[in-house]
Amino acid sequence: MAAGQPAASPCMSTIAGRINGRSKSRINIWTALAMATAVLALLPVGTLAVMAAADTGHLWSHILVHVLPHATRNTVTLLVGAGILATMIGTGAAWLVSAYDFRGRGFLEWALLLPLAVPTYIMAYAYLDILSPLGAIQGGIRWMLGYSSPREFRLPDIRAMWGAILIFGFVLYPYIYLTTRAMFLTQAANVVEVARTLGVKRSGIFWRVALPLARPAIAVGVSLALMEALNDVGATQFLGVRTMTASVYSTWINRGDLPGAAQIALAMLVVVVALIVVERWARRNQRFSHSAQRARPMQPVRLSGIKALIAFSFGFLPILVGFAGPFIYLVWSALKRIEHNGISAAIVRATVNTVTVSSAATVAVLVLGFAAAYAARLRPGTLSNAVMRTASLGYAVPGTVLAIGILIPVAWFDRSLDGLLRNTIGVSTGLLLLGSGAALVYAYAARFMAISVGGIEAGLSRIPASYDQAARTLGRDATGTFFGIHLPLSRTALTAAGLLVFVDCMKELPATLLLRPLNFESLSTLLYGEAARGVYEDASLAALIIIVIGILPVILLARMGTAEPHKAARP
Amino acid sequence: MSRQISIKALAAASLIALSAAAPAVSAEVNIYTTREPGLIQPLLDAFTAETGVTVNTVHVQDGLVERVSAEGESSPADVLMTVDFGNLIELVTAGLTQPVQSEALEAAVPAALRDPEGNWFALSGRARAVYLPIESDIEAITYEELADEEWRGRLCIRSGQHVYNTALFAAYMAHHGEDATRTYLENLKANQARPAAGGDRDGARDIAAGVCDIAIANTYYYGHMASGSSGEEQKGWSDAIKVILPTFENGGTLVNVSGAGVAAHAPNRDEAIQLLEYLASEPAQKIYAEANFEYPVNPAAEVHPIIASFGELNIDGTSLTEILPYRARASELVDEVNFDSFEN
Repeated sequence: MAAGQPAASPCMSTIAGRINGRSKSRINIWTALAMATAVLALLPVGTLAVMAAADTGHLWSHILVHVLPHATRNTVTLLVGAGILATMIGTGAAWLVSAYDFRGRGFLEWALLLPLAVPTYIMAYAYLDILSPLGAIQGGIRWMLGYSSPREFRLPDIRAMWGAILIFGFVLYPYIYLTTRAMFLTQAANVVEVARTLGVKRSGIFWRVALPLARPAIAVGVSLALMEALNDVGATQFLGVRTMTASVYSTWINRGDLPGAAQIALAMLVVVVALIVVERWARRNQRFSHSAQRARPMQPVRLSGIKALIAFSFGFLPILVGFAGPFIYLVWSALKRIEHNGISAAIVRATVNTVTVSSAATVAVLVLGFAAAYAARLRPGTLSNAVMRTASLGYAVPGTVLAIGILIPVAWFDRSLDGLLRNTIGVSTGLLLLGSGAALVYAYAARFMAISVGGIEAGLSRIPASYDQAARTLGRDATGTFFGIHLPLSRTALTAAGLLVFVDCMKELPATLLLRPLNFESLSTLLYGEAARGVYEDASLAALIIIVIGILPVILLARMGTAEPHKAARP
Repeated sequence: MSRQISIKALAAASLIALSAAAPAVSAEVNIYTTREPGLIQPLLDAFTAETGVTVNTVHVQDGLVERVSAEGESSPADVLMTVDFGNLIELVTAGLTQPVQSEALEAAVPAALRDPEGNWFALSGRARAVYLPIESDIEAITYEELADEEWRGRLCIRSGQHVYNTALFAAYMAHHGEDATRTYLENLKANQARPAAGGDRDGARDIAAGVCDIAIANTYYYGHMASGSSGEEQKGWSDAIKVILPTFENGGTLVNVSGAGVAAHAPNRDEAIQLLEYLASEPAQKIYAEANFEYPVNPAAEVHPIIASFGELNIDGTSLTEILPYRARASELVDEVNFDSFEN
């Protein structure tokens, strides 16, 4: 559920709508595809709604009295804390590498994205071990202070709310860094210069100009980050922080009350949607329009000496905590493991499976997400906007619950097809979608559509409507405008969305566990299976591969970000 | 018209081809399991080696009932396997299993550990035990005593909502009733040394690290750690602890089971029964004991020496079936005392 990037001004939209209105047949293809996307996203949510309609007895009196007070307090504390921390790190780091130039800035620019490749549950486990009283860090501190046993001296246990906030903040900040940096790169230069001309001090620019300007970008990044935090079950389970999502699980798993779990999940969905609507409403009077002039990158201030060192240290801290720490830990444990057992064939197969399914899902998410966003550009209005938001719903539902919502209609389809063919021509198809892994692709698509729709929508909004007008004046038809203008100009946004979605698919666990076919292990299920029986060293190799494969898209993402302002403006 | 005929002819031809091809395909059996694949793989490999039947598996953590019932009669599942008795019975209650009559199974699995109708069979057992520092001089303890004031702020336990714990609390409720269980949970919560989180092995690690002085955990984890099969680091944790089999005041030790049944729409019913018979047989039960450190259900197989060192297992008289109705209420009580929010 990405909240909006700057929308084109109403006047531009009308013109764009009128221009494209001439060739309705073209638009209808996009609209139809957009509608189909919305239906696919709505299907699991609708299934949950039907399930939720069952009578759940005294569930809500139990929830309201015994669960909601604590779970809400925990969830809100975690989300607000992690949200603030991630925003501070993400926005601060983006400003640091945009407004200042110092030795090492080029490295920080891309390396700041690296924590994206680390799943939160791996991060939590790694720190639990690194900071354990039996670990090297606490051992070293005890040695320096002259204590011999952890019984005499221990650091505070990170299995606490503050530990969870730190971990989520440091692993999720790249979502905000990514969106705000793009904003600073493409938009800030002119505004900053105007502000300077008007007498705003350099120190005041960040707070008075850059931050308000970045608000839509921060909103997008924060909503993605918080949705990840909200739907987490692994890290919070390690850290002993009980959120609403954990309550959904115990209602379903321990009390066998699936309708009840569906009700809680839907109630959470309503709250999330309401928050996003409120945020958009609060920004309703702000307009961020874009001129067709070539966007100029900001002229950074050159730092040297001790100032440059301080700047670099500030920029390096999030990478150290959010990436280098867990990465080195995993390399170390994986090496111990390989030395012991070698690399199994199973892990190679799992890697192939993971990359195959994630790639297929990424393609599906991009095509459908583009359709939803493009239809809304061609025919702006309440309906196309609603379609776009609906397509993004899946991101706000906990993974396993969404998977159940997908399982039921997909299995129904498989069963009906199988039955039909068996009765008519006597051939059994078995489970077509569930058995082939297509159900997994569907689940990933439904879950991560928000990332693609949000990113592409933002990318399309950066293409000024005057380009459409010019193209049409010069005789291009709708198809020509699409291939000549919109597609090439959204390439950056498409690639960025694709890379993010791919990394997220690789990390996905709950839906994969429920919907995979026989004999299918992905890296995350392999990791989970090993971790579930407490053999974390075996799991570390799978975790390491997830991160290593994730690094490549992340670096591509970062390189693209740097190139963006120059490319985006070239028609 | 002619096109219709040719489609029918084609369908018929492919049907013949399919049915002709079927016997050539080697026999196979499909397992849906909530057990971690790593734990059962040695058993399945041994089964394939002995019978030539290929085993396909999928590890479904949560939602096994939902998945199998959604797949209906098209489901390829032959054997449904769970790590917890409650989950096993859920499958039976949902009508997803079928009765199996097998003399081999009836001979191998004691009557109390299988359904009289043959819908489910227990395959291995694990006791809910207590870990203590190796230097502790405590030799015996009851589940009731874990709530004593003596242990304020000294106990490690995983989430109260984990099925291993709800099973324990449900057993407590079967023994002492609801009000006593609520008090018990309140006291256990007051005894927590850290949040109720992580897994059972964390109890061993936290005792080694001095975070707690007592932990509630399953027996086989100790076997995995102490045997060195989980690496040097965990061997170190197990060196710092010892294991005691607690009992209820008027009863014995809580033993949960892993088990399996044949799926209602099993396409390979014969192979499914063959697999269950194998899993209950003496050689497979030895693997359960040797590789997994579980209690075998077949009396012919012996427990691993590490597990035997805990002493005689005196299984609680209240059966798992009797405990089952208290599960949901136990889970609610965990919420009511806010067990998983650490405030000490």
